[in-house]
Amino acid sequence: MEKNKKKRNEFLYFAFRNHKLRIGLLIVVFFLVMAIIGPSFTENDPLSFIHRGAPLKPFQSEDFLFGTTVFGQDVYSQFVHGLRATFVVGAIGGGLATLIGVIVGFVGGYMGGKTDEGLNMGTNIVLVIPTLAVLLIISAYLEVRGILLESIFIGCTAWPWTARAVRAQTFSLRAREFVDLAKMTGMKSLKIIFKEIAPNMMSYLLLVFILQFGGATLNAATLDFIGLGPTEGISLGLMMNHAVAHSALLLDIWWWFIPPGFAITAIVGALYVTNVGLDEVFNPKLREM
Amino acid sequence: MSLHVENLKVYYQTLSGDVRALDGATFDIADGEIMGLAGESGCGKTTLAHSLIRLTPPLKFIGGRVELDGEELPIADMEKMDDFRFRKISIVPQYAMNALNPTRKIGKMTAELLASKGAKMKDVEPELRRRLDLVGLTQDVLDMYPIELSGGMKQRMVMVLSTLLDPSLLMADEITSALDVSTQKAVAEMLVEFRDRQFVKSMIIITHDISILYQVADTIMIMYAGQLAEKASKETIIESPRHPYTKMLISSLPQVGVQVNDTRLKGIPGTPPQLLEPPKGCRFRARCPLAFDKCLEVPPFVEVDPGHMVACWKEPGKNA
Amino acid sequence: MRRYFGRKVLIYLLTFFIAVTIDWLIPRFMPGDPVLSMLGRVGTAHPDTVNAMREYFTRVFGLDVPFWQQYLNFWASLLRGDLGVSVYRFPQSVVDVIMNAVPYDIALLVPSILLSWIAGNKFGAYAARRKWLDNTVLPLGYTLTATPYMWLAILLAWGLGIKLDLFPIAGAYAFDMAPHWSWRFISSVLHHWFLPFASLFLVNLGGWAIGMRNVIIYELEADYSHYLEALGAPQKLVRKYAYRNALLPQITGLALQLGVIVAGALVTEVVFSYPGIGFQLLAAIQNQDYFLIQGCFLFIISGVLLANFIIDIAYVIVDPRTRRGMTGETA
Repeated sequence: MEKNKKKRNEFLYFAFRNHKLRIGLLIVVFFLVMAIIGPSFTENDPLSFIHRGAPLKPFQSEDFLFGTTVFGQDVYSQFVHGLRATFVVGAIGGGLATLIGVIVGFVGGYMGGKTDEGLNMGTNIVLVIPTLAVLLIISAYLEVRGILLESIFIGCTAWPWTARAVRAQTFSLRAREFVDLAKMTGMKSLKIIFKEIAPNMMSYLLLVFILQFGGATLNAATLDFIGLGPTEGISLGLMMNHAVAHSALLLDIWWWFIPPGFAITAIVGALYVTNVGLDEVFNPKLREM
Repeated sequence: MSLHVENLKVYYQTLSGDVRALDGATFDIADGEIMGLAGESGCGKTTLAHSLIRLTPPLKFIGGRVELDGEELPIADMEKMDDFRFRKISIVPQYAMNALNPTRKIGKMTAELLASKGAKMKDVEPELRRRLDLVGLTQDVLDMYPIELSGGMKQRMVMVLSTLLDPSLLMADEITSALDVSTQKAVAEMLVEFRDRQFVKSMIIITHDISILYQVADTIMIMYAGQLAEKASKETIIESPRHPYTKMLISSLPQVGVQVNDTRLKGIPGTPPQLLEPPKGCRFRARCPLAFDKCLEVPPFVEVDPGHMVACWKEPGKNA
Repeated sequence: MRRYFGRKVLIYLLTFFIAVTIDWLIPRFMPGDPVLSMLGRVGTAHPDTVNAMREYFTRVFGLDVPFWQQYLNFWASLLRGDLGVSVYRFPQSVVDVIMNAVPYDIALLVPSILLSWIAGNKFGAYAARRKWLDNTVLPLGYTLTATPYMWLAILLAWGLGIKLDLFPIAGAYAFDMAPHWSWRFISSVLHHWFLPFASLFLVNLGGWAIGMRNVIIYELEADYSHYLEALGAPQKLVRKYAYRNALLPQITGLALQLGVIVAGALVTEVVFSYPGIGFQLLAAIQNQDYFLIQGCFLFIISGVLLANFIIDIAYVIVDPRTRRGMTGETA
């Protein structure tokens, strides 16, 4: 107990001092807060055609902070609602992918033998198939799609690299002495898993989840951009889809397509940087002197 | 050749401060001498070896002077040391089994290494092949990848490689630690043969296993907690040591034929001090049965008999 | 080595088999009657056309035949090279549409993948040399790799294409030209090709640079690097060995990233209306042209599998250990 508490305090100490972690988290939290409270600053429904006349530029009107689209929709409203969708898909899709990857990788790595061979082959097969192609095919045939469905699809196709990594980690942990020790004292398998191996993998799983979150966000944005995202609602990818389809480029309505892409880049980039920072916190060897 | 080390201080940089891993080492090694360097884990023996050949962060040079064959070794200057490495001073590292590039054929790697040091493979090759024979490696080894060799074979290859240009001083860092007893003997004897055939002039054999040193070394130097404790011929160290630590170390060694019922193994109570903020004076003070108030001052490493150095206030030297 | 390739080929064949099966299964499990919906979307009322299509679709879907036979028929026509007829480009066959689109994909993918991989590796290796380089390359790399492909494409199209008017942003060549051999045509093709290529190149570049930087730092701290330094080998030699060893996981990484890169190419084509498979696929989806969708999907999968196989061969050539039959599944 005492040792765990000390370890945690040591982590927190390094976590606060790590620049990458601080900056990365700051950016992600900034957008998260925007996604949560942003929509309450506007009464405009993101998809309604409200404004008549020429599209407004950002800061031109109080009601439309980010300007309007070519159809008179509120870009700010679209943006903050789209942010929400982004975080939802990232969390659910990324979480699901992490979960599946962890289970597949861990079971294979821990059990070994035929189970491992089978799971590993399955992983390799799903790994080779290009995700987007499968998502396209499935989405194309479904007429109505929700954001939950999109998250599940992404989660079910993005897990292989996680499975591989977790499998490798499991191998190395399984061979460690403390597991042998636990086995010798007659601990049951399940208990070994939860008490000895799991705590060591926790930090690794956090890193994996962050990467999956970022990946899910990018995947969703791509799907949405092609027009195969959720059939209702708005998302950042969908904003870009509409913008391009309705000549925003030619009409120079840059406030329609720049914010959504920028937000995704910033969030995903911040996640990657956070990941690197966390890795440094967890692995003393990598810490800057 | 001779190695002269004077007051060498090298610390480890850590986030909590400097660990005083090597705090003022002064000693000499004569031409042709095989010196065993022994002590507990963390006593500073590997630090000493690395300081002489590759002083990189987190190691930090604090002070001192090293002379090899009369020339000063610029150990604090990574670039200038390149002129001395491999030709004058060399090392068979602790990680010898992983020391070869896994994706390069051994012969090719050797040729490239030699070329980068200004030596030509075709000049060196005949001698290289002779030495391969000597250590019991086939000539094919040059055409193989490291992964095709066993651990022992790789280690012997590294021994040949490190001594290829006949360095004046060779350091062998824990090269017997991972081996079984009979292989240990073979490897240790190989080292002596290298010296006898003058592939190397002098040697420092680093180990925590004193019994090996008794077999092959001429002299033994004992280190404790970053300080030198005693240096003497191997017979003196084993049979008539004078530093309290050495005495307790030797007596804690199991002897052949002695059973527990006759004499129990004596350990040394206590643990070595941590070196972040080491105790003042002699670092063995806390565990030493002979400690008295003078021990709060660091005892100098002085000659008490010809060729016998001790750092202990209870053993005044000729010059005390 | 035979075992190594044997396993790989087995996985690829299995994957192909599964992919084809998925491709065949999905229309049959989606809600609704495929024939009716296909007819509905064709959007023509002319009775002759409607009858011909209904007959064709029923025959092609083989709905009057037991399930397993439908499946075998599908494989039969696939192996014959018959992927059906495109609906929205009727009467062009799917194979035709795809074959017309493929050269553009190859023109985009091959140079951008190769160049970004090579350049990214070089940048990543340089970054490991000096702290200030590292502090520039890293954030830049992370930003590029976090950028969604279509957004960079949009930025380039808008910035360089429209605002600065340096490049065209639609099509593979000028609309008033027909393909022919002349400098004018070739330069038009290159002019149209450049922005989509640059977009793909830049995003991929970031990923490789970061990957290489991380791997090479690891290699520079490996035992063999330390040994060479202890023997006084110049940094050039140490870096050369570290670089060569770092290339190996980068090759593996290339295989793993193929799916992502291909997806990136798809959306880039959409932004630039560049007539590759991605563009055709999108049009097929918008027009509910199921045959074309299926055909594109199969083609993409086959392409990726083939590319994976080529990369596996490259890996064996570059890593001498696999040739000596030692390593198995480290790739």
